[in-house]
Amino acid sequence: MADETTAGPVTTLATPIRLDFDFTPGVAQSRFLRGLEQGKFMGQRCPSCGKVYVPSRGSCPTDGVPTTEDVLLSNVGTVTTYCVVNVPFAGQSIEIPYICAQVLLDGANVSFMGLIQEIPADQIRMGMRVEAVWVDESELTPSLASVRYFRPNGETDADYETYKEYL
Amino acid sequence: MAERCAVIGVGQTHHKSKRDDVSIAGLVREAAKMALADADLTWSDIDAVVIGKAPDMFEGNMMPEIYLAPALGAVGKPMFRVHTAGSVGGSTALVAAHLISSGIHKRVLTVAYEKQSDSDAMWALSVPQPFAAPLLAGAGGYFAPHIRAYMRRSGAPEYIGRMVAVKDRKNAMRNPYAHLHLPDIDMKMVEDSMMLWDPLRYLEACPSSDGAAAMVLSSEDAISGHYPPAWIHGMAMRSEPTMFAGRDQINPQAGRDCSADVYAQAGITNPREQFDCAEVYVPFSWYEPMWLENLGFCDLGDGWKLTEAGATAFDGDIPWNASGGVLSSNPIGASGMLRFLEVAMQVRGQAGEHQVDGAKLALGQAYGGGSQFFAMWVVGSEKP
Repeated sequence: MADETTAGPVTTLATPIRLDFDFTPGVAQSRFLRGLEQGKFMGQRCPSCGKVYVPSRGSCPTDGVPTTEDVLLSNVGTVTTYCVVNVPFAGQSIEIPYICAQVLLDGANVSFMGLIQEIPADQIRMGMRVEAVWVDESELTPSLASVRYFRPNGETDADYETYKEYL
Repeated sequence: MAERCAVIGVGQTHHKSKRDDVSIAGLVREAAKMALADADLTWSDIDAVVIGKAPDMFEGNMMPEIYLAPALGAVGKPMFRVHTAGSVGGSTALVAAHLISSGIHKRVLTVAYEKQSDSDAMWALSVPQPFAAPLLAGAGGYFAPHIRAYMRRSGAPEYIGRMVAVKDRKNAMRNPYAHLHLPDIDMKMVEDSMMLWDPLRYLEACPSSDGAAAMVLSSEDAISGHYPPAWIHGMAMRSEPTMFAGRDQINPQAGRDCSADVYAQAGITNPREQFDCAEVYVPFSWYEPMWLENLGFCDLGDGWKLTEAGATAFDGDIPWNASGGVLSSNPIGASGMLRFLEVAMQVRGQAGEHQVDGAKLALGQAYGGGSQFFAMWVVGSEKP
């Protein structure tokens, strides 16, 4: 043990901090989160450009108008692009390496980030068709934690032309 | 621009993984004192201070500009804080320049910094939110899928990223302030480094650095300093939403619009021909070919061909990141300002061993967030 009287001056010390906060999702995101609680993906369509957002923030970022029409989306989508995460970090809950993909749900016009499982990390492909795997009904919550992960659903890969504008 | 504005002093710290000999205040003061000395001015000559850094959560100091005011001689003077994520160093310089071009002030000190050793950027970037899955493993995890999409779209061979990683680290050997000095860097060393976010390897990513950058900007009637001024010929900022249908993250519209604006101001119609060099925010190797296209240095899909042909190398026709760039030093908040500062050094002829011969006109670019914030300026040795 170092002699505390002769050790060098203290220049830094780690002071862990914790932040707990209440999150107020607002009307549009509440609809998305309530959908997750029921095991389904809810999006909204822009009345001007017709694009479907999931999750929707209640307005179209391109047209600036409220998105009022609710759209029930498919449980199935396409991997537009991905990376394989091999970096350990504090608070990580998934075993590395894991696949972090952009998933474009059928019927949606924006992709979101999802975990892909049930396939070796080196076999994932752009264009792969995947389906959401949900937690047990009793464990559903208004959070993306309700989606355990996505997995390949066995369909033929989507053609690059069909998703290239969603990269 | 109403009033002409020029860079008359520059300063930067030696960027390192840990500056445990100074606090944040000591770090920013070090760069600021160098910039004042270069401009041949003292603290009392400065009218206002503009400061920027990446999000406060990184070091956990909320509104650090308030506590840093005494260290920067700003007590009793106007002080302005800028926030635009990773592009903030560039945006901060632009806000400072606007205070001169609008005629409000004569001399403005602008400073940007990050002390990553006091921080946990990975934690700060991975705050749990109920509408997002907890998958994001730092910035690399965000950008790697877009890099893969670029490779697919352009058909670029996979070794291009390694070429950029080697080129920028070789350039850093000429820059005494650079964080990474890797004398033995070569393609094999990059290829042998750990795969972090497939397709991105450890040596294709930027380091985590402590560091600060500072500049003194001046109006035309207040020029001073040991080197000729670097005149600002154009400056612009643009942003776009993080998410919208049809968003092109490989070639963002905000970046295209920002360069169109700054080129129009500076009379640039052919960037590859007209610029003598450029300092562009490349935190991950593949962002060089992507930004070559976004900034109009070549046609869409051809960025990687310029890199492959050596056009962007130190001895190429359009050297990019002669300083070693973000891949060699990344004090996040300061990284954008370093791009702006390095091109000022080039056109002032003060870049030492990494001086591009006869550099007269140069582009500085910074980007941030999920590729949604852009800041650019064009500086020249001649008056605009």
